[in-house]
Parts: sequence; structure tokens; C-alpha cells
Amino acid sequence: MRSSNLRLFVIAGLLVAVGLALVVSGFASSSPDGLEKVAEDKGFLETARDHTFADGPLADYTVEGVDNERLSTGLSGLIGVLITFGLGLALFALLRATRSRSGGGKGSEPTRAP
Amino acid sequence: MHIPDGFINAPTSLAAGAVAAGGVGVSLRRAAQTLQERQAPLAGLVAAYIFAVQMLNFPVAAGTSGHLLGGVLAAVLVGPWAGCICVAVVLVVQSLFADGGLTALGLNITNMAVVGVFGGWAVFRLLRRVLPATKPSVVISAGIAAGISVVLAASAFVLEYTIGGTGGVPIGTVLAAMVGVHTLIGIGEGVITALTVGVVLGVRPDLVYGASDLQAPLVLQTTPGPAAGEVS
Repeated sequence: MRSSNLRLFVIAGLLVAVGLALVVSGFASSSPDGLEKVAEDKGFLETARDHTFADGPLADYTVEGVDNERLSTGLSGLIGVLITFGLGLALFALLRATRSRSGGGKGSEPTRAP
Repeated sequence: MHIPDGFINAPTSLAAGAVAAGGVGVSLRRAAQTLQERQAPLAGLVAAYIFAVQMLNFPVAAGTSGHLLGGVLAAVLVGPWAGCICVAVVLVVQSLFADGGLTALGLNITNMAVVGVFGGWAVFRLLRRVLPATKPSVVISAGIAAGISVVLAASAFVLEYTIGGTGGVPIGTVLAAMVGVHTLIGIGEGVITALTVGVVLGVRPDLVYGASDLQAPLVLQTTPGPAAGEVS
């Protein structure tokens, strides 16, 4: 029951993340962030070079070929959330697997903040 | 807070790359030792959530915005080791979106995944020790630590700029501006972190690593039932 609850929690959490990335992202401020603004004000913004993937299909949180700005941002957010979750899940599952194989513990001991 | 290519010279970026690799490497090893089975999907969720919320820039001052960094949020939810990995994963994925330069990835991981997570976690632990052991204390500690972690990450940038900045702008100027604006952004970071930690504490307190000391130890309870002869 605990594990099905956990699954429910993760699914609900993912839905929140998808909702934020897909819908709310379209309403985010488009002003430069703190570092960019400081660089602009203090005159070192021009030392920035274009990103290697500046012409990539997802550059600047847009999806190439989708013209509607909010939709494009939202879709890129959806893609990003799914990639991040997939990569994170795979990585942490792999970490767990290496531990079980090397026999470094059973994984049933409760985690306590040190 | 994402440093693009070019702000910091190559040697400094390389050195930060080594710091980042060390921090993430140790985190991978420690997370592998301590991670519980149920924490793998949770850590994936934390990374995905941070990616989503990092897209939500909020206005902080005239023509300036900020967004969550998520270091303390991740550390409080899944612990600092897994938390560091979560933020590093987010930063790597963001490269696909041309956010944060590839040659600056080490700098960005150092600032947000190492300094932001472990610096913020240290502040969180300190506050937890001072405040009473209650759920509201966890929420408040997480919020304050999150706010401070943004200023720590911004200061790490200033240090890197001092060592290898290419623009030649006086350090005092950069420091004052960076700390000033990131104190404001830190308030947003604190609010988002406290809200999120508060919700998870309300729904599944057992999933909050930074509150695991509040969990009553599991005790096998055997309810005394009616003795054999007593059944009517």
C-alpha cells in the first residue's frame, strides 16, 4: 500500500511539474535574470558567446517549427520535464543497482539525516 | 544565474569543472550507499520539478527576473548527495535548451549543484539545530536556507569572475550588484522552497529527508486481543 501511495505521489508530482512547464511557463517574466542583468549593467554581457546549441531544435526553451510563442515554450518545457525525469530515474535506479551488486547494504535501513 | 560561454576564461572554467566533477563524483558514491529503493523515483521527480520551476522566472526589480535554483529544495527532500545529482542533471539537460554554456557547465554545476546544495544544506542543518524540532521549523529552515543559498551561489560566481573574468569589470562593482539582486531572488527561492517543502510535509512527511528526525521510530504494535477463553 505504501509503494502504491508512493507511485501516486510521484505521478501527482509529475503532473504538477508538467502543468508548470507546459502552461505556467508561458506567463513567466521574460526580463533578463539576475546575472544577465548585472552583466548588462556592468558592461560585460558582450563577452558572452553564443551557445553551442543556440541553433538547436530546443534552443531558448522553444520548439523549432512551433510558431505560437506560449505553446512553443510550453512544449519545450514538457519535453524538458520528461527528459529530466527519465534521466534522473535511470541514473538513480542505476546507482541503486550498483549498490545492490556490490552488496553495500540491503536498502531497508531507514534514512536518517546525519 | 546560468553562466554563458565566454564570461569566465578557460583555465578557471576547467578548474571549476574539476570541482564540479569531484562534488558530483562524491555525491554519486554517497548516494549509491544511502539511497533507498523508493527514493529513486522521488529523486527523478525532484529533478523534473526543479527543471519545471526553473522555467518560471519571476520579476524581482525593474527589468530583472529570477528563478528557482532548487539546491536546498532538493537537499531537504532527498538529501544533499542525491540533491546535488538532481541539480546537476537539470543543468546538463538545460544544455539542450541552450541555457548555460557548455564550457561553463563546470562553473554552473559548481555554483548551483555544489555550493548551492551543500552550502544551503549546512545553513539548513544549523537552523534545524537552533529551532525546535517541529514541522514548521523544517519549513522555515528550508526557506531561509534556500534564500541564503542563492546568495552563496552568486558569491561563488563573483569568486570565479575575480579569478578568471574576461570583462575586466572591477570586482567590488560585480560583487555588490550580484549580491544585491540575488538577495531579492533569494526571497523568491525561499518562498517557493518553503511552499513546496510544506506541501510534501503535509502529504507525505516520511518522504522529506530533512525532516526524517521528526518521524517516530517504527514500533511493532501488538494490540492485546481477547484471550482464547474470553470469546463469547
